[in-house]
Amino acid sequence: MTEVTDKPGGEQNPIVQTLRKWDERAIAEVVEFRGELTLVIPRELLRRAAEYLQAEPGLRFEFLSDVSAVDRFPIEPRFEVNYHLLSIPLRQTVRLRVWAPGSDPVVPTVVPVWPTANWHEREIFDLFGIRFEGHPDLHRIVMPDDWEGHPLRKDYPVEGFRT
Amino acid sequence: MTTVETAAGPAQTMVLNMGPQHPSTHGVLRVVLELDGETVIKARPEIGYLHTGIEKSCEALTYSQAITLTDRIDYLAPLSNNLGYCLAVEKLLGLEIPKRAQYIRVLLTEMTRLNSHLVWLGTHAMDLGATSVMLYCFREREEILKLFEMISGQRMMTSYFRIGGLALEPPPGWLDRVRWIVDMLPARIDEYEALLTRNRIWLMRTQGIGVISAADAIALGVSGPSLRAAGVDYDVRKFFPYSSYEEFDFDVPTRTESDCYARYMVRVAEMRESLKIIRQAMGKIPAEGPIKANAPGIVPPEREKMKTEMEALIYHFKIFTEGFSPPPGEVYQRVESPRGESGYFVVSDGSPKPYRVKVRAPSFVNLQALPKLSEGGLVADMIACIGTIDIVLGEVDR
Repeated sequence: MTEVTDKPGGEQNPIVQTLRKWDERAIAEVVEFRGELTLVIPRELLRRAAEYLQAEPGLRFEFLSDVSAVDRFPIEPRFEVNYHLLSIPLRQTVRLRVWAPGSDPVVPTVVPVWPTANWHEREIFDLFGIRFEGHPDLHRIVMPDDWEGHPLRKDYPVEGFRT
Repeated sequence: MTTVETAAGPAQTMVLNMGPQHPSTHGVLRVVLELDGETVIKARPEIGYLHTGIEKSCEALTYSQAITLTDRIDYLAPLSNNLGYCLAVEKLLGLEIPKRAQYIRVLLTEMTRLNSHLVWLGTHAMDLGATSVMLYCFREREEILKLFEMISGQRMMTSYFRIGGLALEPPPGWLDRVRWIVDMLPARIDEYEALLTRNRIWLMRTQGIGVISAADAIALGVSGPSLRAAGVDYDVRKFFPYSSYEEFDFDVPTRTESDCYARYMVRVAEMRESLKIIRQAMGKIPAEGPIKANAPGIVPPEREKMKTEMEALIYHFKIFTEGFSPPPGEVYQRVESPRGESGYFVVSDGSPKPYRVKVRAPSFVNLQALPKLSEGGLVADMIACIGTIDIVLGEVDR
């Protein structure tokens, strides 16, 4: 098995240290699993952290590979949104995670930082019902416009609702 | 019709609906175009016509059962998707795969790349009016599909890679067939190039068409040949090697023009690189050896053992009735599919079914760049742009 990052783990990781130096509140939690680094970012700091991660010469996370949401229903906070970042010049990766409660499923958009997030966020809005504050064009992308409910939520049955 | 103010005075633009049933949209893609005469002012792709809820369905199946759905994401590269998913689950489990299986996986995913690029070349050339190329490409592709059928029993929905290794021992003589394909293809690729690479019409239809800067491509998350045609050498096989790719010697073709022609040249060069990898893999694959990891409870036992050993029978029963449970956690596994970075984000909650499977489909992300490629160009060039992004709508909508 090849590990995605071979940098030292957890708190010693240079990415973590750089971010902590920038703002000590920036990282709420560092998770490491199977060599993959996950940084839990407070929701209100996401946008600023994203700008920093993209522009900082020592990090250069210019490529946003993927945005994916997970529904942890019935655990609260219910939703997590994961951002898979890649730095092509420095060949490193990191995952950012933001939590959003079920009563207020809103996450700030990162479209101004990474335009590729546009469709990813629309897909999450469509399938999970998480709203992205400041998104330029937030409407359904794969489901019909008049669809009710958000199919990838855990309280949405696989076979759909029978009426 | 809407009237807009232009520099030359009031002009009328027309909104035209292209697709979803249009032969050159490669499936059911709908593009809403705003046209000023023949010029595309605005292009808005509309997707979702093929949404089948694969990610949701995965959550209702066990880890092994979900492999069959990954075939159906991209009908041109089922093995690349099998590989991405299997590697993700294997990473969750912390499984070590025998080298022999890893090399066979490399060989077959490169065959898949050839298969996909052949179909791409054939259909793209046909879109631009070079019909004969399509017939030749499909003729060669058929030979690759016969190889897949020989190995897995299926031409397209192979499900040949399983968690922990491969489904079956490849049949005797399969490497002869691979050798035959590898010896036959270089001359055939020369033939395609003879038809297209210096063809005046081809050059006029592709050169300088659909240009996107490297910075825009990165910002829009474009990956694969389309990104490499913009001069960025990002290839997952080199950056984050998986399945022993680090042991193979191959180049990552790049171009800098970033137009439709550059994307064509990159893909053709990639076909030759794939052949190089396949030749090396043929030399590396040991004649004998395990094709499955030694992981009782995850990898189904040999049929022979089930008849003689009680333990094997119990494992077999448990694997197929309840499945196996990876530890809670999540992994993101990237692989280089023919279309770019294909990512599998698999979340485990410690139960035998994946809690969440998210597919980062390269076509989905690359398609987002279509307005950037086509706006300001002619309607006819729209076809060239859609073609060179190389989308598979099944993968876009999942």
